Parts: sequence; C-alpha cells; structure tokens
Amino acid sequence: MSFSAPKLCVADVSMTFRTPTGSFHALAPVTLSIPQGRFVSLIGPSGCGKSTIFNIIAGLLEPSGGRVLIDGVDATGTIGRVGYMLQKDLLLPWRTVLDNTILGMEIQHVPLRAARERALPLLHRYGLAGFEYLYPNALSGGMRQRAALLRTLLFDTDVILLDEPFGALDAQTKLKMQEWLMQLWSDFSKTVLFVTHDVEEAIYLSDEVHVMGTRPGRIIASIPVPLARPRVRGSTLSPDFLVIKERCLELLHLDPTASEPVNEAA
Amino acid sequence: MSVQDTPTVGAMARLERAQPKPEAARPAAVRRLPVQKDWPTWALIAAQIGILVGALSLWEIGARTGWIDAFFWSQPSAIADTMKIFFTTGDAWTDISFTFRSTIFGFLIGTTAGSLLGLSFWWSRNYAAIVQPYVICLESIPKLALAPLIILVFGIGLVSKVAVATALTLVVSTLTAYAGVKALDADSEKLFYSLGATRLQVFRKLVIPFCLPWIISVLRVNIGLALTGAIVGEFIASQHGLGRTILYAGQTYDIALVWVAVLVLSTLAMVMYAAVSWLESTLRKGVRQ
Ligand SMILES: Nc1ncnc2c1ncn2[C@@H]1O[C@H](COP(=O)(O)OP(=O)(O)O)[C@@H](O)[C@H]1O
Ligand SMILES: [Mg+2]
Repeated sequence: MSFSAPKLCVADVSMTFRTPTGSFHALAPVTLSIPQGRFVSLIGPSGCGKSTIFNIIAGLLEPSGGRVLIDGVDATGTIGRVGYMLQKDLLLPWRTVLDNTILGMEIQHVPLRAARERALPLLHRYGLAGFEYLYPNALSGGMRQRAALLRTLLFDTDVILLDEPFGALDAQTKLKMQEWLMQLWSDFSKTVLFVTHDVEEAIYLSDEVHVMGTRPGRIIASIPVPLARPRVRGSTLSPDFLVIKERCLELLHLDPTASEPVNEAA
Repeated sequence: MSVQDTPTVGAMARLERAQPKPEAARPAAVRRLPVQKDWPTWALIAAQIGILVGALSLWEIGARTGWIDAFFWSQPSAIADTMKIFFTTGDAWTDISFTFRSTIFGFLIGTTAGSLLGLSFWWSRNYAAIVQPYVICLESIPKLALAPLIILVFGIGLVSKVAVATALTLVVSTLTAYAGVKALDADSEKLFYSLGATRLQVFRKLVIPFCLPWIISVLRVNIGLALTGAIVGEFIASQHGLGRTILYAGQTYDIALVWVAVLVLSTLAMVMYAAVSWLESTLRKGVRQ
C-alpha cells in the first residue's frame, strides 16, 4: 500500500454544461482525496452535482477543468477504471440475475464459464441464492440492488462509485442493505465513494463525509467520522454520532431548530 | 327487526325534510351481477359449421332456382368441381408455390434489411439525421403505386414480385427497429461504457437484444404486407401465381375459378400467418432466455 498517492484523487474538477440558453456552472472546482480502502460519502441537496462528479470519475463526462487521478495516474476521460453503480439498477431484463452480474467480466473478455464460476459463490454468499437463474423482473427492489451491486463488485476494480443505491428502498430494507454493504466492503476492502441524501446513512457507513452545496456545486465541509468499526446500529444514538449528524444537518440547512417556522415567527 | 330499521320519529322527520320525495321501494330492486353462461366448445363449433352449411345451401338453392345469378356469383357445387380440376389437372401447385416463394422471399429480405437499416441508425446520430427524412418519404409513398414501375424494372418473373413484397415490408421494419433504437435508455449505454465496453460490444449486447422485441413485433404485420405485395405484383404482370389466376379467371368470367383461387389464397395466408405467429412466440421466449 502506498501512502504517498491516494487511491482516488479528484483534483480541481469543475464542470460547465452548455445549455440551449447559455451555460450552466454545475461544479465549482472540487477536490477530493481518498486513501485506499476508505468508505467516503458525498451528501448534498439534489442538483448539487453528485452524479456529475461520478460521471466525471467514471470517464463518461469530460470535465471542463481539472483531473482525475487513480493511483496517482491521470485517468481523466478514461472508461473502465472504476466500478460505477448508477442511480438506477439498470439490470438487463433479458439476462438472468447471474448473467447480469457477470456483465463487466464479459465485456472484459473473461470466458463465460469462468465468469459464471466466479460469480456463483458470491451470489450464494451475499443473499442471492435461489435467484441466480431468475430474471430481474421477478426480484424485489432490495434484491435488484444486490444484483446491481454485485455486478459492480465483480467488475473487479479497486474503486467503486455508488450513486444513491438505496434511495428507492423502504426504510427497513434500507437498514438491511446497509449492513449487507458493510459486510461486502469489509470482505473486499474496496475504496468506496458513496452518494446518498440520507445523512444518517452517510455517517453510519463512512470514514469521512463530504457535504456539498449548490450553485455552483462544491464541497462545503469534509467531516471525518472517527467512530470505531465494526459499527452497530446502536452507535447511531451515541453522542459522538449525534454531534456529527447535527453538524451535517446544519451545513445542509436542515437543522431542526433553525428550520422551525414557529421559532422564526416569534 | 333490528333497531336500525326502526328510526325514531325525529330522525324520520329530519329525513323527510331533507328529501321531500322519500324513495318508496328502496330494497325492492335487487340486482345481481349479470353473468353470461359459456357454451361448451362443441356447441360453438357446431353453430359455426351450421352457419357455414346453411349459407352454402342457401347459395346453392338460390343459384339453382335462379334467385341468385350463377353467372356472376357462381355456385358451391361448381366451385367444388373447379377446385378438383384446379388441383388435379390445373396449375394449383405451380401457382401456390410461386405466390408462396414471392411472399416468403419478400418477407425475409424486407424484414431483415429493414431491421438492420433501423438498427444501423444507432451507430451515428449524424448519419441517422441525414437518412431519416428519406425513410419518412419512403414511408409516405404508397408503395403499391410504384408496383408497375417495379415490374417494368425487374421483369414479369418472380424477382419483381419479391421486389414489391420487399418494398412493402422494408420500411415498416426500418421504422420499427429505429423506434426501438430511440427508446434505448441512455443510462444503460452509460453502464456499458463505465464497464469499459466498445461500441461493438454495446451494439451486440445491448442494442440488438433491446430492439429485438420491436423487430419481432412487426413479423405478423409484415407477412400480410408481403402477401399483398406479391399478389399486386401478379395482378400487374405475371405468368404464374394465385393473383394472376384470380385476375385471369375474372377477365374470362370464370367466376368459380376466382372463388377457388381466393379460397386457396386465404388458406395460404392463414397458414403463413400461423407459422409466423408461432415463430414470433418462439423468438419472444428465446429473447427472454
Ligand atoms: N448534460 C447536462 N446538461 C445540462 N445540465 C446538466 C447536465 N447534467 C446535469 N446537469 C445539471 O447539473 C446539475 C447537477 O446534476 P447532478 O449531478 O445530476 O445532481 P445530483 O446528482 O447531485 O442530484 C443539475 O442542476 C443538472 O440539472
Ligand atoms: Mg444524482
């Protein structure tokens, strides 16, 4: 492990979209530096450019300025370097769950049989046993997310980008999926960049939380989460946790005491 | 009697004030869900056969009593005789084979070429933008109006009939496959590229399987169009085919032969339609697996 170069570095990346009415400054220069094996979250109001950052890191969008470095090497505008789970699960309805999860390997020319042999034990271990040969439309929301996440993992890159993977799930499924993701992360020691709009989720999962602001999108604060791992559900009620949560909510202008209209009127 | 059925005087008075004309017989109209009783299948089939036999008998009797003009309408017995002759000493098999081949070749060429053309629009937005107006023009032209020209160019043989059938099916397949391409989710493409896919990989593993249901959905329409094209081609100029037989028989007032050829043609159409429906459902299952 190298301590000199972070695993993933987003250096002064900015983005201006050309629109029919002119140009839209979506991202002010954003800088992120993520060491190997960390779990880092981005939170921020919708439209602040979280998905845009991800698209730039994944090489799907050329930034207007700045560079993306992976292992210290310039990876700006190159695809296939990171695993990227988009906001939708995008499972292909004509492929079985198993064949959906091996899509990345297939594209990288891993022979079909070898790819399936690698994927099957993971599907079994991570809660998709019995679903391998079903088609995605037979799966619940949680199961679909699992399949999409395993597809991202099986692509076998060191860095993984997860864009609101649990955004559409009900509260209970979401909690279950968080535990599941923690298990996966500690088993695979990947570097994870995670987008969510759920502050508690971000803190519970992460080593560091970056809070973003809008107009233009930028990082307004980076808050380390020094809570011990493995974390348990109860830690979301610990004073340390609550302090961090309050700080985040404040930064997002969601502080419950500040937004109370009764208080403001008084 | 329950308490609810005997309201107090006060309640009654209130009710009457609110509704000057109280509904006298409210519970009288008990309605049930209308239920249709299904006949057994044999009864349905018997009814269908009965209608057919009845109609044919009326036709035959009408023709024999002079109530129906047999010169213009022919009659079932004469049609049956002509059918026998058509299949024993006549050109039945030559004609069927000719029409069948024109239809199938036109169907296959038009559907394949059209689908490929529609899919090809995925490769380049510029190319699609340039070619699209031409495809739309082609669609708006009534292709059958061009049939005489096609016959002139391709001669009176099989090739010209195939060409007319192709012209009819090609545009439908092109536009349908292109509709599939346009419905493709940009995020799915993003997913593929994020996994480091090449354009060819995206085309083979995403675009084609995604558009197949579209392509398959026009097969049944296209077989009908191809048959229409083949018949119209034969009407214009041909030496063989069921269409040519219908035209020839009509011109020589051989009305029984017209009926025979139409019957054979309908049977051919039904057989091909059934075969394509089977193909469609098989392909659909294949696509999902
Ligand atoms: N291709 C584009 N053209 C113009 N504007 C865009 C484009 N993509 C995103 N945007 C704008 O950039 C902003 C950030 O978008 P996005 O990254 O999707 O936000 P988030 O994921 O944080 O909700 C939004 O205001 C969005 O409208
Ligand atoms: Mg987003």
